[in-house]
Amino acid sequence: MNTTAIKELLYKMADDLLIIGHRNSEWTGLGPILEEDIAFSSMAQDKIGQSQALFQLLHELGEQEPDIVAFTRNAKQFHNAQFVELPNGDYDFSLMRHFLYDVADQLRFEMLANSSYEPLAKVARKIKGELKYHVFHANTWIVKLGSANEESKARMQTALNDAWNYALGLFEEGDFENDLKNEGVFAGEVALKQLWLETITPTLTKATLTIPHVNTWEPKLGGRQGIHTEHLEPLVEEMSEVFRVDPSAEW
Amino acid sequence: MIKSLDPRLTRENIEENNLIAPLTPMDNWETYEVFHQKKRGDQHMHVGIVHAPNPEMALLFGKEQYGRRSITANIWVVKTANVFASEYDDADMFETTPEKQYREAGGYKVMDKINKYKKANKA
Repeated sequence: MNTTAIKELLYKMADDLLIIGHRNSEWTGLGPILEEDIAFSSMAQDKIGQSQALFQLLHELGEQEPDIVAFTRNAKQFHNAQFVELPNGDYDFSLMRHFLYDVADQLRFEMLANSSYEPLAKVARKIKGELKYHVFHANTWIVKLGSANEESKARMQTALNDAWNYALGLFEEGDFENDLKNEGVFAGEVALKQLWLETITPTLTKATLTIPHVNTWEPKLGGRQGIHTEHLEPLVEEMSEVFRVDPSAEW
Repeated sequence: MIKSLDPRLTRENIEENNLIAPLTPMDNWETYEVFHQKKRGDQHMHVGIVHAPNPEMALLFGKEQYGRRSITANIWVVKTANVFASEYDDADMFETTPEKQYREAGGYKVMDKINKYKKANKA
């Protein structure tokens, strides 16, 4: 099996989860209402846990310990899509990103549940329930706010427009798409993107929101190669601040 | 501007004399009563309330508030406004006169009898 290809896949997935998990956790204590604050924080925690499971797989393939990988790299060494590093903005943007990202994440893990790389298939099957709740949460909010009143609809539509090209960047192809496909590890970003479009469209329609016209699509690429917006570096600094005080500390 | 140890708050550039707007009726959602079932076939037990704008969201929140820390098979949510309750002023109707205490379940020491029977049959 092509270990380099698998590592590339694991890194981008783990980094997406770690960074969006951290971003979403920035809402902890500041959420719009207590119940939602708890739910959103709990899901952020799930995401960090999921990233840890993937970093653990990387460790088994010869990479360093999960904490070292998560907290000692600089921004250029991260493989996350630019989408997940964008600041939270208002809750409308955070929810829209949660919806667009989490549906993609759930579909990706569904595809991987039958992967020929068994350790990853095992993780995918284990977290199935968590992902189901995350998508249930996202869908419920999107449909509710998309059709609640003029202001909420307008804000969700703006959030969708702002998020769209970044969301498309989630499906940036890597150098090993064919290896992963041929070896039955992962069916590839193109297939995932297609499935994602088919899945989000009915929900957005139900929410009376409109996907930007296809002529305007310009995926924000580069994240997978370490090209990031100016927002990632301060995030990484803040996220690893405590760890860097004493990397050898026992937690 | 408020400077906090919490970098998230500092970033918000909040004025020192920031006036917190009073709540309006729409700021608080209705409450739903949450009932939690441990495993299939068990009774659903009342565990508390959540605030939510509709039943779906009450389920969303109920799951995280009350289903996350223990084994859960199922959750029910019921709009608090739909619960028909007795009045505390009428609590005296639940009182029993001393001569009717035979009606109270506590009067039947069933467990004692069962244990006595088990013990007798074991010997």
